[in-house]
Amino acid sequence: MTEGEPLIRWDWIGSHLDEIGFRLLQHVELTAIAVTVGFIIAFVLSLLILRIPRIEGPVTWVTGTLYTIPSLALFALLIPYTGLTLLSAEIGLVSYTLLILIRNIVRGIRDVPADVIEAATGMGYDNSDRFWRVEVPLATAVIIAGVRVATISTIGLVTVTALIGQGGFGFLILIGIQRFFSTELIVGAVCSVSLAIFADAMLVLLQRRLTPWTRVAG
Amino acid sequence: MPNARGATVEFRDVTKQYADQVAVDGLSFTVPAGKICILVGPSGSGKTTSLKMVNRLIEPTSGAILIDGTDVLQEDPVQLRRRIGYVIQQVGLFPHQTIEENVGTVPRLLGWPKDRIRSRSIELLALVGLDPKRYAARYPAQLSGGERQRAGVARALAADPPVMLMDEPFGAVDPIVRDRLQAELLRIQRDQGTTVLFVTHDIDEAIRLGDRIAIMKDGKLVQYAPPGELLAHPANEFVAQFVGSDRGLKRLGLLTAGGADLDSGIERAGVDPRAPELKASTTLRDALALMLERGVQQAPVVDDNDGRYLGVLTLAKISKMLGSQA
Ligand SMILES: Nc1ncnc2c1ncn2[C@@H]1O[C@H](COP(=O)(O)OP(=O)(O)OP(=O)(O)O)[C@@H](O)[C@H]1O
Ligand SMILES: [Mg+2]
Repeated sequence: MTEGEPLIRWDWIGSHLDEIGFRLLQHVELTAIAVTVGFIIAFVLSLLILRIPRIEGPVTWVTGTLYTIPSLALFALLIPYTGLTLLSAEIGLVSYTLLILIRNIVRGIRDVPADVIEAATGMGYDNSDRFWRVEVPLATAVIIAGVRVATISTIGLVTVTALIGQGGFGFLILIGIQRFFSTELIVGAVCSVSLAIFADAMLVLLQRRLTPWTRVAG
Repeated sequence: MPNARGATVEFRDVTKQYADQVAVDGLSFTVPAGKICILVGPSGSGKTTSLKMVNRLIEPTSGAILIDGTDVLQEDPVQLRRRIGYVIQQVGLFPHQTIEENVGTVPRLLGWPKDRIRSRSIELLALVGLDPKRYAARYPAQLSGGERQRAGVARALAADPPVMLMDEPFGAVDPIVRDRLQAELLRIQRDQGTTVLFVTHDIDEAIRLGDRIAIMKDGKLVQYAPPGELLAHPANEFVAQFVGSDRGLKRLGLLTAGGADLDSGIERAGVDPRAPELKASTTLRDALALMLERGVQQAPVVDDNDGRYLGVLTLAKISKMLGSQA
């Protein structure tokens, strides 16, 4: 940081609103794609686990291992194959969402009370009706809890993908570091955290909308 | 016309064998259309298993269950279940649906039009004593245990099933509420003419509700008889113990003053003035209690509707009726 330079130069922010807006869109896009694709893959894998319980161990092992690879290392490993591309970034981001999403989807469905399942079957729901109209709605709160964690951690990780040219707010942080320019760094970090908080609040609202019955008890 | 909608349910030598034990062993009995059959017996005697074989939640190892003559194993289980009302012990209301939606479950599965489902749900809530205005839009979490059990019964009744299976439906409520629910069930059942298979641990509940009582032990049927006969002639020591040493009194609870052999030779004016006036519908058990309480030997019995004097009930007659059992 240059001597005598203030920590934050508000005028920089004022003159870079376009840039910040662009990074915001990029950040949201990277996150949304990662969580959506991650959710679809996790849902399919969860269906398989629920149907064939013995694959739960292997699936958990693979997604757990992916989860423990340091993000920088994972991106570096991908570059020889997929380059400095959106695809590289998304492969990494998606793989980090899988463990938590699968865990919550499977747990949410398994936690549906046995008496409710028995009543549904006994009244003449067929298996797929029962799954979509009884089990999935009742698992929604737990599933969204998983989506919240996946979303927040993805928003954090997107700042790292700046290193392979796909950064959102991470790009501001990275440039700020390279240029010893604290304003840009701080703006990147604060925006990223704010986005995480905002996204989480939106998901809480979504959950309340989708599961009105969870708010009436007591 | 009552009883028009019920179906006959017949168990024909039904056995359910698990790897390490027989849960139900050669069960054979028939529940006539429109009657209530109560399955009672100790824990593990195979009551729930028997019930669940009717709607194919459990498949028998051998034997057949016939509803109006058709073997349930020949029907599509999903279609079969939509025609059989089912109340499970834990109620099993859907937490994510309002009470109205819960009650409309089977009509919805059957594809009824929306407004018909709605009016049927409202009608049923009223029928089980849950004011639709207050309860229709609530979630199960907002109901008491007894209210949930009513909603569970309403849900099972929704599509006018010819057969209802009820597994300890009133287990979780206090005696006063249970009394009311039992009375409501009887009223609804008579109204709709439904055939009911009802599981309970409680012999008093069985005697109160049952047209027939099936006593089970170790997966076998020990006795199958109307409550009066069960109390008067228990098939063996096990049944006698199960119905209780006060079975004489219980039997008096099934008989009414009007149905007793009254002494009509005595003038109304000639009866002890301290004696309580009994309605013909009073049970002999209640009559006995009243007479002992007042310390009288006899009591006048009058017609429920017009108060017409029918004759005199005496302690000696009650005692003779007690003694007339095996
Ligand atoms: N899936 C199963 N595998 C093995 N045994 C079973 C199974 N289900 C039930 N049983 C056994 O079958 C017997 C009858 O069980 P059932 O549930 O019909 O009893 P019940 O009369 O309903 O008892 P309760 O009054 O306690 O509800 C029991 O001894 C039980 O342990
Ligand atoms: Mg049982």
